Amino acid sequence: MSITAALRRYEEVNDEIQQVLLTKQKAVVHEVNGQRYLGCALDAGKTLEIHGTAGNDLACYLNGGKIILYGNGQDALGNTMGGGEIIVHGHTGDALGYGMRDGQIYIRDNVCCRGGIHMKEFRAMKPVLVIGENAGSFLGEYMSGGTIVLLGLHLKRGQKLFGSHCASGMHGGKIFVRGTFPKEHLSPNIKVVSLSAEDQKELEKYVKNYCRYFHEDYESIMKKTFKKLIPATARPYANMYISN
Amino acid sequence: MAVNYIPRRFNIVRDKERCIECGCCVRQCSNECHYFEAGGTTVLADSTNCVACHRCVDLCPTSALRIEKHVCDYRENANWTPQYQQEICRQAASGGTLLSGMGNPKPYPIYWDKILLNASQVTNPSIDPLREPMEIRTILGRKPEKLTVERKGKAITKMPPQVVVETPILFSAMSFGSISLNAQKSLAMAAQNLGTLFNTGEGGLHPDLEPYTDRAIVQVASGRFGVHKDYLNSARIVEIKIGQGAKPGIGGHLPGEKVNVEVSNARMIPEGSDAISPAPHHDIYSIEDLRQLIWSIKQATGNQKPVSVKIAAVHNVAAIVSGCARAGADIIAIDGFRGGTGAAPTRIRDNVGIPIELALAAADSRLREEGIRSQISLIAAGSFRCSADIVKAIALGADACYCASAPLIAMGCHMCQTCNTGKCNWGIATQRPELTKRLNPDIMHERVENLITAWNHEIKEIMGGMGINSVDSLRGNRLMLRGIGLSDRELAILGIKHAGE
Repeated sequence: MSITAALRRYEEVNDEIQQVLLTKQKAVVHEVNGQRYLGCALDAGKTLEIHGTAGNDLACYLNGGKIILYGNGQDALGNTMGGGEIIVHGHTGDALGYGMRDGQIYIRDNVCCRGGIHMKEFRAMKPVLVIGENAGSFLGEYMSGGTIVLLGLHLKRGQKLFGSHCASGMHGGKIFVRGTFPKEHLSPNIKVVSLSAEDQKELEKYVKNYCRYFHEDYESIMKKTFKKLIPATARPYANMYISN
Repeated sequence: MAVNYIPRRFNIVRDKERCIECGCCVRQCSNECHYFEAGGTTVLADSTNCVACHRCVDLCPTSALRIEKHVCDYRENANWTPQYQQEICRQAASGGTLLSGMGNPKPYPIYWDKILLNASQVTNPSIDPLREPMEIRTILGRKPEKLTVERKGKAITKMPPQVVVETPILFSAMSFGSISLNAQKSLAMAAQNLGTLFNTGEGGLHPDLEPYTDRAIVQVASGRFGVHKDYLNSARIVEIKIGQGAKPGIGGHLPGEKVNVEVSNARMIPEGSDAISPAPHHDIYSIEDLRQLIWSIKQATGNQKPVSVKIAAVHNVAAIVSGCARAGADIIAIDGFRGGTGAAPTRIRDNVGIPIELALAAADSRLREEGIRSQISLIAAGSFRCSADIVKAIALGADACYCASAPLIAMGCHMCQTCNTGKCNWGIATQRPELTKRLNPDIMHERVENLITAWNHEIKEIMGGMGINSVDSLRGNRLMLRGIGLSDRELAILGIKHAGE
């Protein structure tokens, strides 16, 4: 069932998507021009395919559903996502995956500031964010769980893997980075370590998915060395206060 | 032994003639002030860590205990008071940021105490609430700009979601983590029986509270703890927490020590990990961004839940409230600088923000000037000590009031202001099982209900005295207020006349 968004209000488009998904497992939306909240709180078992530029808060509170975006995303994609999968054939804006608790996001190209901010995990819920090219500043800020993979593909001379203040306030989770990265942009609390065998296995799974979705060559991606960024202490602010 | 530099605050005084050495105080004090003499049966006390919570005093079976202020004079100095000297010593020893519990204790003006209420005489007779109907039911939510009524008298304007509360008193946000589950449960039960609402704060919703979700306001704060589709849809109202009166511009930080298995379940974070809610929501950098979050919640809840925005009372509060209203907030809660907290940096708590009285009056006036006051509901927060404070707030323009400290006092809180230590002897601001079990929700919900029932009646009595029989006629009715001992400027901001005028 195909829906055309064109210049219609998001409420209308979202209502129509919901109507379609009442009876069908999948809805397709064409000519999307920045409509917000598409796929908001989409439940497990439902798929939304989007063609065009999705507006802010795409797939916010995603509840297990699947979103495939053929085009670029804007800000706060996957905001407070609770599970499911988002595949973006393009790049995205700020605050990607803000507070995501579970599910996976694959971005073919790059992301702007504060990607994966406040990602967290809980028991079996382990969110994953895979970025094909590079990321802006404050990647993984306040991150307390889950995994970010930054592949650094197709970077031009002078382009860095991530911007300033990477992993500021991070106190859990891990970031896998491929190839050379700007050490001077790492926040003080961050340690760079090699991948364990277990890490390697986990990473391979995500890279394989990425290659499958975006037709990249797995072998050549894995040729370069990956490093793991983790917080040096899980309680960076433990001794900040004195009871008065 | 290291020199402490700071004399103790209190003395525990034991009447040896009354004391029966039963050891009740030894068992009760989580600060370990009371103890048995080594190898003996005599009870002794070391007052060093006493916080004057009165747990031992109130539970002593023979009334043998009392707490007194420990007087240890410094040389007189109006500038370098003992408090500042002691705080410097505390920081010199630790390098830490000073952390305090509860609301701003400094002697700033309390405008409630400088506002007097009106009563009717002769011409517009007063009403006796014992014998005549008196309406304090309050309806929260966005109201349409105008109402279209069809011929038969039925309204055809589509109403946004409304929430009916049987009293203008709601319980303010206190998260599970900052307070115990038993304390939250007591408030939830009381809210259900009173027909009002409690607020989960930013700590998620514990499964034990599910029977009460119909009376719950759930919060979405910057850390997004425990926020998911069902959480948003289970509540009566969803509140975006932008700021808090006790610590405007500062986020929340629940230390890992307080994140036990139950707290971790509610917040959906691993046990023992710090729960950090930074000051800003990183998807909100403008009123337009706030609009985005508000409407994302409305989308996720099928437009069935009113969305509230809670802000701290700060200098530009009126303009901020106007912006929130235009961003689509159905309810706006303003939290004044005397509002309580489980923990706030002392310097922020004591110096940042403005009183709720001025903030509320300024916001209400601004919304009226702009012609949008009737569209949204205003909730005032930030220390209501009695029913008269609430009546004054409603007359200044509030639809309802958030109360937290008062119900906590009903449950045993003695304002010792050390919630941050997690050693609350009354089982309120602690997660230690041996302490939380002291607070029995089956008893405490009744005490909270008694308090609010009493306040409800007092509100009706005061309203009746004014010749007003519905809280709707009191709302924003500033003619019922007069200032006493206030400057022209203060009167102008409050929008009230001076007594005698």
